[in-house]
Amino acid sequence: MALFEEKIQQQLKEILKSMKEEVTIVNFTQEIECPMCRETRLFVEEIGSLSEKLKVKVYNFVTDKEIAMRYKIDKIPAIALLDKDEKDYGIRFYGLPGGYEINSFLGAILELSGKREPIPDELMKRIKSIDRDIHIQVFVSLGCPHCPAAVSTAHRLAMENEHITADMIDANNFVPLSQKYNVTGVPKIVFNDKFELIGAHPLNTFLDVIDRLKDYGINID
Amino acid sequence: MDFNLTSLSFLNESKFNSIDTSKVYDIVIIGGGPAGLTAAVYAMRKGASVALIAKHAGGQVAETSGIENYMGYRYINGLELVDKFKDQVLHFTIDYDEGGEVEAIEDEGIKKVLLKDGRIIKSKSLIIASGKRWRKLGVKGEDEFIGKGVAYCSICDAPFFAGKKVVVVGGGNSGVEAAIDLAKVAKEVIVIQNLDKLTADKILIDKLNSFTNVNFLYKTVVREIIGDSFVKTILIENTELLQKSEIDVDGIFIEIGLVPNSDFVRGVVELNSNGEIIVDCSCSTSARGIFAAGDVTSVPFKQIIIAAGEGAKAALSAWEYLLNEE
Ligand SMILES: Cc1cc2nc3c(=O)[nH]c(=O)nc-3n(C[C@H](O)[C@H](O)[C@H](O)COP(=O)(O)OP(=O)(O)OC[C@H]3O[C@@H](n4cnc5c(N)ncnc54)[C@H](O)[C@@H]3O)c2cc1C
Repeated sequence: MALFEEKIQQQLKEILKSMKEEVTIVNFTQEIECPMCRETRLFVEEIGSLSEKLKVKVYNFVTDKEIAMRYKIDKIPAIALLDKDEKDYGIRFYGLPGGYEINSFLGAILELSGKREPIPDELMKRIKSIDRDIHIQVFVSLGCPHCPAAVSTAHRLAMENEHITADMIDANNFVPLSQKYNVTGVPKIVFNDKFELIGAHPLNTFLDVIDRLKDYGINID
Repeated sequence: MDFNLTSLSFLNESKFNSIDTSKVYDIVIIGGGPAGLTAAVYAMRKGASVALIAKHAGGQVAETSGIENYMGYRYINGLELVDKFKDQVLHFTIDYDEGGEVEAIEDEGIKKVLLKDGRIIKSKSLIIASGKRWRKLGVKGEDEFIGKGVAYCSICDAPFFAGKKVVVVGGGNSGVEAAIDLAKVAKEVIVIQNLDKLTADKILIDKLNSFTNVNFLYKTVVREIIGDSFVKTILIENTELLQKSEIDVDGIFIEIGLVPNSDFVRGVVELNSNGEIIVDCSCSTSARGIFAAGDVTSVPFKQIIIAAGEGAKAALSAWEYLLNEE
């Protein structure tokens, strides 16, 4: 059974044509007792079949434990995106990026393939100067129109600075985790477990929060 | 599984450039909703040098699920229409900034647009098309509990209130739509309306009445939102009996209409008592060389087709102004 309707498939193919270099989609799954794992695997396989520039690798979270650890995957379904040299920038999607999140997923693929919009110099300087580990978790719901912007901003930061890693998390797929972070409004953006933003924010607000993290001595994560 | 794809925005080989802070533009457009995007097309076609700054591309249209009254489409999804608008703009080589937020404007003949991130953009003329945003209640506790029980976007946040007791403030279309979204998942929904009846379209009210877990409090307003780390209680008042009472709730959705995004032009151009920019029929404001269009203005009726038409008019007026200045 195809996940994508014919019309969407055609649109996806068109979009993926503008990929510059190859991108690898790494999916971690487990076929039993994991909500949305099967669907997420089908999703990456179908998307992978729509472009020659996409490679798909599917691992079992339990039996491929070492690989999961290498990519620091701690929950499933999970997707990591890697560039043409299979370099890992810390770009993760936890849960199936459906609904509006298809846009942040495609955006990350295109950007990782080398098709990036320029960031103004002043902001780029601030991004490059970050020299401590920053982990950004963006909680979303798939029916939220302004969530993909928050996810894309976090992922772009991860692409531009190796100290930064960024996760999209479907809050309705990871309920206990969302409860732990008291998510009742999305997007909720958590920085190193220390600071949070609620709602869509421009890049410079992300950077302001990261600046404030400097006042804390230890890195979490 | 649905996929709400905004396909066209990916297809554009980026023809737009970043904004150049060293240059003096002919026209700077603030806002990327129907008014701003239409103004951009008209201004680019005239050959003006144009920059467009939009906090969120598409404005309110990007948050609308279905549109049935924009000519040419019997039905179109909001994001799809935004895509088509953007596609038509990015067909030109425009200086374009998405995500930037205007904080203030200075009018010293040459207009200066001050962005929150510190950039200053200079222009001979301005088109303000900054639209509207959700109105807040303005009560104690509201800001403190945003994302902690206080919510505005029901399609985003309704799932987090599954099995819970929630209040929806507002009995207009957006309030009733939110109540319907919530009634599907929540244990109990209470709609609080300041008037003695709902003002939403009949078709929506009928749908809401088909749920058995929805109750209504009329002639009632919210006075305060109370909680510790989360919303726990709201203080309400019946405006007829002047009786105050408390109800324990898990969440409160605020759906009481919209306010104009005109704070950054206060003092520069004249506003009416609703905070809307006063414009004449050529979209001129009280300040020379500053034009305004769409929902942020005093023009009656807030609709996509009206905002787009006003955007076109503002661009043509700005162009005429530039010609006369030379
Ligand atoms: C839920 C909903 C459903 C609707 N349904 C319909 C419908 O079916 N049909 C219809 O015709 N109309 C509908 N409308 C109304 C319609 O969406 C608006 O009339 C129209 O979008 C107004 O366009 P605009 O360009 O004036 O402003 P907006 O769409 O509000 O756009 C404003 C733009 O300005 C930007 N902006 C604001 N402040 C700043 C700042 N400080 N700096 C930089 N950028 C800024 C915003 O990010 C945005 O890009 C609906 C509205 C809502 C909320």
